[in-house]
Order: sequence, then C-alpha cells, then structure tokens
Amino acid sequence: MKIAIASGKGGTGKTFVSTNLYRVGQKITPQLAIVDCDAEEPNVTQFVSGTNTKQETVTQNLPIIDAQACTFCGKCYEYCNYNAICFLPQIQKISVIEELCHNCGACVYACEHGAITETIKKIGEITTYAHNINIIVEGRVEVGVASPVPVIKKTIQCVNNAPIALLDSPPGISCPFIATVTQADYVVLVTEPTPFALHNVRVTIETLQEINKPFGVIINRADIGNNESKEWFISQNIDILLELPFDIRIAQVYSHGELLVDVEPRYYDMFQDLYAAIIQNIEKWK
Amino acid sequence: MEITIISGKGGTGKTSITAALVSLLKNIVAVDADVDASNLHLVMSPKDYREEVYVSGFTACIDYDICISCGVCESYCRFDAIHYKQERYEILETSCDGCKLCSRACPQNAITMTPNDKSRWFEGKIAQGTMFHARLAPGEENSGRLVQIIRDEAKKKAKKQAYSHIIIDGPPGIACPTISSITGVDKVLIVTEPSKSAFHDLQRVWELTQQFSIPAFVIINKYDLNLSLSQEINDWCTSHKIQVLGKLPFDKDFVRAMIECKSIIEYNPDSKSSKILRTASTELMHE
Repeated sequence: MKIAIASGKGGTGKTFVSTNLYRVGQKITPQLAIVDCDAEEPNVTQFVSGTNTKQETVTQNLPIIDAQACTFCGKCYEYCNYNAICFLPQIQKISVIEELCHNCGACVYACEHGAITETIKKIGEITTYAHNINIIVEGRVEVGVASPVPVIKKTIQCVNNAPIALLDSPPGISCPFIATVTQADYVVLVTEPTPFALHNVRVTIETLQEINKPFGVIINRADIGNNESKEWFISQNIDILLELPFDIRIAQVYSHGELLVDVEPRYYDMFQDLYAAIIQNIEKWK
Repeated sequence: MEITIISGKGGTGKTSITAALVSLLKNIVAVDADVDASNLHLVMSPKDYREEVYVSGFTACIDYDICISCGVCESYCRFDAIHYKQERYEILETSCDGCKLCSRACPQNAITMTPNDKSRWFEGKIAQGTMFHARLAPGEENSGRLVQIIRDEAKKKAKKQAYSHIIIDGPPGIACPTISSITGVDKVLIVTEPSKSAFHDLQRVWELTQQFSIPAFVIINKYDLNLSLSQEINDWCTSHKIQVLGKLPFDKDFVRAMIECKSIIEYNPDSKSSKILRTASTELMHE
C-alpha cells in the first residue's frame, strides 16, 4: 500500500510530515518504506538515513542521426511532436535537440533509411538505503534534465513489495506530482491556513478528485493565518487529519535536519495518532 | 532587464519577495511563472483581464468501433500509457505524453489525438504596469512551454509600452518550468532559508543557473531561525562569489500581509523587512 504526502504549494511541510510519520510508523509497520519522489530537490535523506545498499542509474534513450545515411526526407522532423529535431535540408543539416527530446521513439519509427539509432543518456540515480528492517529510497534527477518523471516512476517501483510505503511527493500539480500520486492508494495533503496555500490546495484537490484518489488534509502552522481554509475544508466534507500548531521549535528542529518526534516527545504521540488516523481512513475508503 | 526569482525548495518566500520587489518598481511587467501553483496575482490583483487558451498537448483516444485489439500501439508506447484491460486496450490519460506514435503506428487508424485545452493564461493591469500569469489545468503537461509563452508575451508588452523591466516569479524545483523561467534572463535572485534542505536545494538550483551562465544573487529569508546555518550559507555564497543581497528576519508580517493580499512594502513600509528589501532591490536593479 502506498501513501503519498503532497501539497500543491511548496514548503508547506511535506518532507517534515513524511519523515516524522516514517519514524513513528517504523514501530507500527515492520518493513515500512519511505520514498523521496521529489527527484528535483530530494531532502528526505537529510532527516533519515541508513546504510547505502544499492545505487542504480536511470537512463533514457537519446536518438542519434547519422547524417551520412540520412536522405533529408524530413519524416522524423514531421513525426517529432516536441520540435526536438533541428532540420535544415537546404544546407543538409539535421540534429536532435537533447533538451526537448521526450524519448518517445517516433523518429526511430519514422526513419525508413536506418539513419536513426539510439544511445543511452544518464538522467538520474536511485539510491536505496537499508535502515534496520525498513528501507529508504531516493530518486535524484541530474541537474539540467527537463523531466524528472522517468526517475520518479522507477523510484516508486523499488517499493512495490513494501507493506506500506510513504511517498514524499514533488510540489505542484503537473507531471511529477501526477507520476507520484497516481501510484498512491491514499494522499495526505499538507497545507497552511494562508490565501496562497488555500488557492493551491483547491487546485490540488480538484486534480485528485479528477483521478479519483482518496485524500485527507493536514493543516500545518494552523494558527498563523486565517480560518478560511478550515471553513472551506469543512464545507466540502474533507477529512482534516491533523492541525499542527505554529511552533518556532518545529522550524528550528527542521532547520537542523532533525526529526521533531525524536526530540519533542509530545509530538511523538501526535504523529502516532496521525499514522493511526491515516491507516484508519484508508480502510474507510476501501 | 529581465530578472527571475527562484529557490529550489518551495515555501522559502519567493512570491512574497517578488511581490515586494514589484511594488517597489514602476512601469514593469510582472510574470508568475509558477504555472501549476500561481499566487502572485492574489497580491497584485490584476484588472481588465485578457484570457487565452493554452493547448498543453494531446491525449490519444481509441475508437473501439475500429480497434481490432492487435496491440501494436501498446508495443510502441514508451510511456506505459496503454494497457490491456477487460479485453481491450485502454489509454491511461495521466501517463499519455501525447507523442502521437501510437496513432501513427495503428494499422487500423483507430487512434486520434485530442487536444488538452483546459489550461489558460492571463494578462491584466496592475498599479505598476502589466501582469501575466497562467493556470495549468490539473495534470496537464508542458508547463515549460506555457512559461515560455507568457514570457514571450511579457517581452512583447514590455517593448510596446517601453517598460524597462520584467520581474518573473519562478516555480520551485530545477526541471522544465524552472529551466524555462530562467533561460535568457539577465539575473536570477535565489531566495533561501537556513534549513539543511533549503541549503541543499540552493546549491542544486545555483548549479542550474551556472549551466546557463546567469549571474545569481541570494536573499536569506528567516535567517534568525538558525544563525549558524545562515552563516554557513553566507560563507558558501562568498566562496562561490555570489552576492548576498540581504538577510530577512523571521517576520510574521509576511503572513499578515499575505492575508490582506498586500506586499510587505504596502502592509508595513517602515518595518525592518521592508527596509532590507528596499536596499536589496536597489542593488539587484543596478545595471
């Protein structure tokens, strides 16, 4: 079973919630897994780590056009839906624009002259750490790579056998977020009671409803903003799983790369209840 | 001059700081390039809207009256978007990349491509000039191209109105929408905070700016949450020849301003934060 921790707006506390949930969950669910799906900016291993057991390179195919074999017919250029082929027949020039290529294979399919082959390009890395009987998996895309989606998909596949896996999701609502939440059985949304976060969480919820994913919300720093968010959640019958107070101590502990539940026992109980509430909610949705 | 505000990590204060910079300027174009979680318009309240459709891509659609379930489409799809389910091949819309290869490969011509046309972009008037922002429809792709479109529109507008500056509020992360929001700009301002994760993300996003050879500046927000880490970030910036334009204290006025849909400059012009931002803005806008 997979539980995604997501938000829409960045910086509302996804990684904070995922890592603290992981810590309390270890005592409850043997072989619990945590997966850092924010492959652009992975942060989970700054809070929890283990012994490095496996490192895997994620690659993607990259077409190469042999200008000798090319007849400059233009079919690959026509087939490429991403404008990733620079085609100048007058001066007999043709090349692939690496940054725009989506690795779909249409150009290879199009070429009738065997002029297009594919080579392999590294786009990221997956690192798996063993931590007691639990596992921590991190997806990390190379700087400069346009889409983290292939890395995210592969990263999540690593925990297909875990009884429960917590997926720390990327921000936003576009492809990286979708690649993560579509794999989840339940989504925990972390939000703040501010106009910015409410505006973003509403769109996130619209997205989850469109793909039929059950979810609940956590209101982080519940006392810093206004009541608009909470009132809206109540009016929409959305499950509020937890309201976390604003506490300067939380911000300080987080900034040091420590887990709140390790240093503040009163929060341990709060996260334990949250873990139980999430599991209970998933049962309810089944 | 075109300047983009980014951070790597989300929630460090990009939009609040962008709003402050915009409210300190005149005759500019503001762009919210965080197309999947835009917020700048909540503060700038643009008026007299112009709304345009953005076709983000295409999704394959199978006509089951023609389909013979041969499976050719599945064998070509590299996005794992075609699955055999309940005795027929189905397109998983959330995985379809819109490459059209299945449609081209289908021997029966049973697959057509339907446009994803739910995304929008907007232009509106603000007190300081013009603002552009966009709304990527849930789950739609090519956010990088949408960023490119609103940036192009912003440039056209700036030229027409003879505005000298374009200020772009960037998205979090380091992939396509971030790349699109920084390519070709004159300067990048990175907003960070003293947490291990934000520092890590700052280093990755700075590396990205270096791949494009864009001069980068830093503001350390909420610096007093962890003074020793703020110092460490400051030292790292010095050793990488990055100018730190200011260190902002943790200030609840940022949230209070946001709730009133104002920038910190409008909400509390005489506060310490506003003063620091004024100085930082002058430095940043210096040619």
